[in-house]
Amino acid sequence: MKTLNSTKLLKQASQRTPFQNVLHRITRHRSAQVGFLILGFMIAMAILAPVLAPFGPIKVLTDVKVRAPPCIHWLGCPADKPEHIFGVDGNRRDLLSRIIFGSRLSLVIGMASATFAILAGVILGALAGFIGGWFDNLIMRLMDVLLAFPSLILAIAIVAVLGSGLINVLLAVSIVAIPVYARVVRASVLQVKEQDFVSASRALGASSFGLLINHVMPNALTPLIVQGTLGIASAILDSAALSFLGLGAPPPTPEWGLMLGEERNSVFNAPHLVFIPGIAIMLTVLAFNLIGDGLRDALDPRLVHGG
Amino acid sequence: MTTFIIRRLILLLPVLLGITFITFIMTRLLPGDPCFAVMGEKATVAQCEEYSQRQGLNDPLLVQFVHYLNNIAHGDFGQSLRNNRQITDIVMERLPMTLEVAIGATLFSTTFGILLGIVSAVKRNSIIDVVTMMIANVGVSMPVFWLGLVLAYVFALTFKGTPLWIPPSGRLTSGLSIPPLVETFNLQNLSGPMLTLVTFASNTVTFNALITGNFKVLRDALWHLILPCVAVGTIPLSIIARMTRSSLLEVLGQDYIRTARAKGLGLRVVIIKHALRNAMLPIVTIVGLSIGGLLSGAPLTETVFSLPGMGTQLITSILSRDYTVVQAFTVIIALIFVTINLIVDLSYVFLDPRIRLQ
Repeated sequence: MKTLNSTKLLKQASQRTPFQNVLHRITRHRSAQVGFLILGFMIAMAILAPVLAPFGPIKVLTDVKVRAPPCIHWLGCPADKPEHIFGVDGNRRDLLSRIIFGSRLSLVIGMASATFAILAGVILGALAGFIGGWFDNLIMRLMDVLLAFPSLILAIAIVAVLGSGLINVLLAVSIVAIPVYARVVRASVLQVKEQDFVSASRALGASSFGLLINHVMPNALTPLIVQGTLGIASAILDSAALSFLGLGAPPPTPEWGLMLGEERNSVFNAPHLVFIPGIAIMLTVLAFNLIGDGLRDALDPRLVHGG
Repeated sequence: MTTFIIRRLILLLPVLLGITFITFIMTRLLPGDPCFAVMGEKATVAQCEEYSQRQGLNDPLLVQFVHYLNNIAHGDFGQSLRNNRQITDIVMERLPMTLEVAIGATLFSTTFGILLGIVSAVKRNSIIDVVTMMIANVGVSMPVFWLGLVLAYVFALTFKGTPLWIPPSGRLTSGLSIPPLVETFNLQNLSGPMLTLVTFASNTVTFNALITGNFKVLRDALWHLILPCVAVGTIPLSIIARMTRSSLLEVLGQDYIRTARAKGLGLRVVIIKHALRNAMLPIVTIVGLSIGGLLSGAPLTETVFSLPGMGTQLITSILSRDYTVVQAFTVIIALIFVTINLIVDLSYVFLDPRIRLQ
């Protein structure tokens, strides 16, 4: 090892813990940097929403025209007109304020449904892996069946049964995502189960739960983190799509997909009402996709050296 | 080879059973008595009892399920709760539109995706590569309904009055229509499955126009298909381009590529004959998977472009609580998806002879 450490760079790398290594790589990953930048911006917007938003998200204004285009004083909009940076929507609400408050919903829905899906996936995958036999078969075939549906169609069908609404959308979007996580965890349970040290710790009285926490999860963590990040992205997209179709958040919720759906027929005379919410969705989804890609590169054990 | 296909088909059975069972169970899980969901809150108990008896809702669940399977196997999906039409008829009316968009989008995304992927891989780290991969990254993050609306705005409004103008909605220009094949070919005495098939072909406007030589309608129909196909095709295009690039890069690093180049073969021949063939397996997988994405996107694009397809019908049916239609459509879309995956799996055998030997 000594000879290898001849360069300063390698020396630094070898002194880092694995966690620091990952941190080092992810912060240097070009697309992850962009992703974190956008996400940071979105999170700040979500937290500071009441401070940043010039109006309430559902406040109906009286002094403006319906679907008024953006008016920015700095860009030459007459000073006697009220300023609306993103314009006004079909119900005379300030679009900027709605976009700002919408970031809260998108982030919460994305993260909550990914968390729920991961939890359910971990539990099902671990049970299938540890119990084995017919139970394993049953669970995994069920997962195959869920994967046999195009995801959004299944989500739509689930919402059709549960009824529309944000919570049901959240459930539907996460149910659709469960199989991926269950497969990852089951695979790593099966991998760990066969190893000698596991038989040894079993013989010493370790419980399945202990094995899960101490040996399986560390193995499954990398794919779970990467999949989870990308999962947040698709959860945000899918829930926005459901709201767009009128199956998600009820009006007047400031949900980006709903805002787009409500105004889709006025795309030709008030394009800002359609373009801006879409860009907001796209940026948020892009942020998670970029971070997911970065995490995959940073966590890939094939690239790990020196640690 | 045959054993491979048979084994793959047998593996499909539990999945098919699962798909039908899940969709069956879904409609039984509906809150409240199904009868009230169907006949409205004002239905009397006696009416309900009569309805349940007629629909076999009083039978044990398993009996009902077997009944349901039997009907599906005979192509009978029951009736719409809202207008009493046979669901098979609705499907024959709606499916062609969805398939036309799906096929068009697949052609668009595969052709351009593979091309862009090849260019990016060959000219690695060039401007073209960087821009393609940037667009690919943004492409996967784009909501398809938003892209559809943006395309409609750009091509129908910004390019209004120029040759680039493309109609933003509908299937044909209003006033234009095409007679059903039954009339064109005097097939009035057809019945049963043949009639269903002819109706299906007839409702596939592009196909109908093509075989009847009605090129005016054909051109118009294809014209209307451009924007929906580009909108649904963009996300798969991004994924296919990324996959082609990485798969090709891996192959291009192999020794036999260097050998082929060393013996004097041109870059073009090496890429197409040697590299691309070996890089094809993951690309085909991704193309197959993305068709699932196309089906997922159907409700969204069809809503945006006001197309009379499965997707818009599905949404209308959900909003009007027409559960039998929702159930049938979900099953049919899943069946199409499963079939496509099967075809993809089987195509491996042709692409990679090693799989045949296993």
